[in-house]
Amino acid sequence: MTVKTPIYLDYAATCPVDPVVVDAMIPYFSEIFGNAASRTHVFGWKAEEAVEAARAEIAATIGADAKEVSLTSGATESNNLAIKGVAEFLAEKGRHIITAVTEHKAVLDTCKHLERHGYSVTYLPVSADGLVTLEQIEAAMRPETILVSLMFANNETGVIQPCLVDGSLGALCHRRGVLLHTDAVQAFGKVPIDVEAMGIDLLSVSAHKIYGPKGVGALYVRRRRPRVRIAPQMHGGGHERGNRSGTLNVPGIVGFGVAAKLARESMAAESARILTLREHLRTRLCEAIPHSFLNGSLAHRLPGTLNISFAYVEGESLLMGLKDIAVSSGSACTSASLEPSYVLKAMGLDDELAHSSLRITIGRPTTLEEVDYLADRIEEQVSRLREMSPLWEMVQDGIDLSTIQWTPH
Amino acid sequence: MAYSDKVIQHYEQPRNVGSLDKNDESVGTGIVGAPACGDVMKLQIRVEDGVITDAKFKTYGCGSAIASSSLVTEWVKGMSVEQAMKIQNSQIAEELSLPPVKIHCSVLAEDAIKAAILDYQQKQGKPAVSAAE
Repeated sequence: MTVKTPIYLDYAATCPVDPVVVDAMIPYFSEIFGNAASRTHVFGWKAEEAVEAARAEIAATIGADAKEVSLTSGATESNNLAIKGVAEFLAEKGRHIITAVTEHKAVLDTCKHLERHGYSVTYLPVSADGLVTLEQIEAAMRPETILVSLMFANNETGVIQPCLVDGSLGALCHRRGVLLHTDAVQAFGKVPIDVEAMGIDLLSVSAHKIYGPKGVGALYVRRRRPRVRIAPQMHGGGHERGNRSGTLNVPGIVGFGVAAKLARESMAAESARILTLREHLRTRLCEAIPHSFLNGSLAHRLPGTLNISFAYVEGESLLMGLKDIAVSSGSACTSASLEPSYVLKAMGLDDELAHSSLRITIGRPTTLEEVDYLADRIEEQVSRLREMSPLWEMVQDGIDLSTIQWTPH
Repeated sequence: MAYSDKVIQHYEQPRNVGSLDKNDESVGTGIVGAPACGDVMKLQIRVEDGVITDAKFKTYGCGSAIASSSLVTEWVKGMSVEQAMKIQNSQIAEELSLPPVKIHCSVLAEDAIKAAILDYQQKQGKPAVSAAE
């Protein structure tokens, strides 16, 4: 069976919008176009009604109340709002935040910004599997700690933090009077999330990772036990209970609501199907190709994400050989810095293996034929590029690469 | 990022991939770069009567690095050692239309050919011919 190319296997970056979602959005551009904040006429009421229905769907997907969901422009904004909002509101209580080195830049750069404004931040290291332990977090807590921000599942590796899932981190934070924020962009709609059972106080999500439109996200802000207050970062008309001013993107929000509903309803069946494909692919790549390594914990992992290093082959050249397939590389040779993935480096990978990594993410439209096509191409290109690789040649000659005096440039 | 047609051509059909016997008196070997930086080039030349008669390369690196080394092996064949020593990275970058973030690939290819020539000259016991600055 032939597959249709190009093949998209980069669903952690973004997803196509589900046609059902598009259909639901369309009337809200020109027919039901009202401003959801207009309280004096039917146009506004209709828009508000649609927004509230969507909010309820998003809330239901994480076990929250609709009143606890503030709509934003995306997860970057949600992360900024959560961290800066808590930091500013609790500035008198304390100015210490705990996070991890493998967080998304939207969290790390927000923390760096706060450091320049008198806050101190602890960036916890991760294990070789990409995990942070409860003990590490507890040990980092100080009397002035106000917030722990730990991502639910990593965007590069798909590694899920077990202390968030089992509720132990939530319990620890509540016991110590510290708020818990999680960037759940990659996990939302893919694995079960329950903010009550997990004791999560703030949670960031995005629509476009679950087959919704780009430019829409949400921040869950707990209203009871404890009531979490945040200082708004966008000032204006006092929309979203004062958390985030700005006219709501009604069509986008409607799409987000439908996407959340679809994700929630199909989660069990889709996750199982995607996991089967992922395991098939992982077996083909990790077991059939010598010197290939899975990056990050296998047990604590999203169903659809793989990150694999193919030693002695540089990631960008491998991507170039997979020209009719869209996957991403942990090598940042395209940037001027030449720095490989900070996530993989934090897990202790040496630079060479970090430069040799590929991230593959399987999504709802992915078929077994596509996965097999990818595995065939990777096998073929890895062996072609290794034939061209001086490192592979040295290793075949029994030379230990770590003993060589390289000339970094 | 879009690659130029020439880079794609060299990447897909690299010229002169392989190795020469590094212990051969007429062979010069240059290895430059580092795995940690994401590129390592090995470039080898065979010199007979002051003329480069063969050149081979192996490169670990991005497509532009592979293309730069492939191109240089094509260029140096038939050149005298002195001519090869004068190859500038800017010529490589221009020929392959490398974008600014890939200029280092052409620098590495220039370094590789110079390193190979130096190795050959040292084997011959001759003083190194310096590049025309």
